[in-house]
Amino acid sequence: MASSVLTVEVVSPEKRVWSGEATSVSARTLDGDIGILVDHISLLGVLVPGVVSIKTADGSKTDFDMAGGFISVNKNRVSILGEEAIPS
Amino acid sequence: MGAQLRIYRRRMRSVKATKKITRAMELISASRIVKAQQRVLASSPYSTELTNAVTAVATFSNTVHPLTSAVENPRRAAVLIITADRGMAGAYSNAAIKEGDLLIAGIKERGLAVDAYLVGRKALNFYRFRDRAIAQSWTGFSDNPTFESAREVSAALITSFLSDTESAGGVDELHIVYTEFKSMITQTPIAKVLLPLSAPQSEEPAGILAMYEFESSAETVLNALLPRYVEARVFNAMLQSAASEHAARRRAMKSATDNADELIKSLTRLANAARQAEITQEISEIVGGADALASASAGSE
Repeated sequence: MASSVLTVEVVSPEKRVWSGEATSVSARTLDGDIGILVDHISLLGVLVPGVVSIKTADGSKTDFDMAGGFISVNKNRVSILGEEAIPS
Repeated sequence: MGAQLRIYRRRMRSVKATKKITRAMELISASRIVKAQQRVLASSPYSTELTNAVTAVATFSNTVHPLTSAVENPRRAAVLIITADRGMAGAYSNAAIKEGDLLIAGIKERGLAVDAYLVGRKALNFYRFRDRAIAQSWTGFSDNPTFESAREVSAALITSFLSDTESAGGVDELHIVYTEFKSMITQTPIAKVLLPLSAPQSEEPAGILAMYEFESSAETVLNALLPRYVEARVFNAMLQSAASEHAARRRAMKSATDNADELIKSLTRLANAARQAEITQEISEIVGGADALASASAGSE
């Protein structure tokens, strides 16, 4: 993969909550915490209620409180879907 | 004032009052379409992502799941029809109900029983008036649906889908009828199959998509994913229907306002003619009276 950042989207049913570029994403799935870096294998996971934290490309950190949802990773595109995604 | 003239004036007053109402409704709908359209757009990333995810699981796992596999001998199907709560929207609700009737006729031809799930007071009244069976109905949010209401509706649908067909309320298929918002001027009622998922149409050849890893297993992911998928689809259908409802109402109210203008114009002409006739009559009465007086006094001299 040529790109060196992840394109991340956090979406809820009513709107796109956040989108941007990131260097890493960490989330809590049914199996435990996972961290996603560039060139991660395609993944589809079920999130449990908890915090998803995104390290953006400019070095800052953004957190979202999720009440369950999904994370999907494909070719450096990370989508975080949740019925409720509240920036914290 | 003559009786005729008074009647015309009264009718003009009432048409003018109606016109004010229809004009106001037209403007209200016009402003709400934009908002409804934005909500459709805002909800689309979520449903697109979910559809992608569902496609991925269905393509990259061999999991057999009740929600994805068609039953061999389906006995019963649920049909969700989305209409408006209020009228004054032209043929909007009726078009959706007609589309639903077509779909139901098609399903019955295949030998299935049909359970009707209705959204919107218009569909509810239509079914009640004709004494048709209603499995469940929801009203009160057709013009501004929230995700909560979509969740409520989908929960009922999923429950009946997951329960056994032998038992009361269990269904093997889920269909949805709603009005697709194509543009400001085109909205078409449309019928779609929600479940079972007909082998998701992957536009790209399977080779391009990488293998997926599932956390924790394909089955758990699917279990969690599909109800959300139904919710997102139902929510999207509701939002599109709401936008279509406003567009249909705006169009209906626009033509009502135009018709009121026409009516006022022709009534004005009639009233003018009546006034003229009245004046003419008065003049001829005066002239006639004067003539009679003149000839009477001429005779006495």
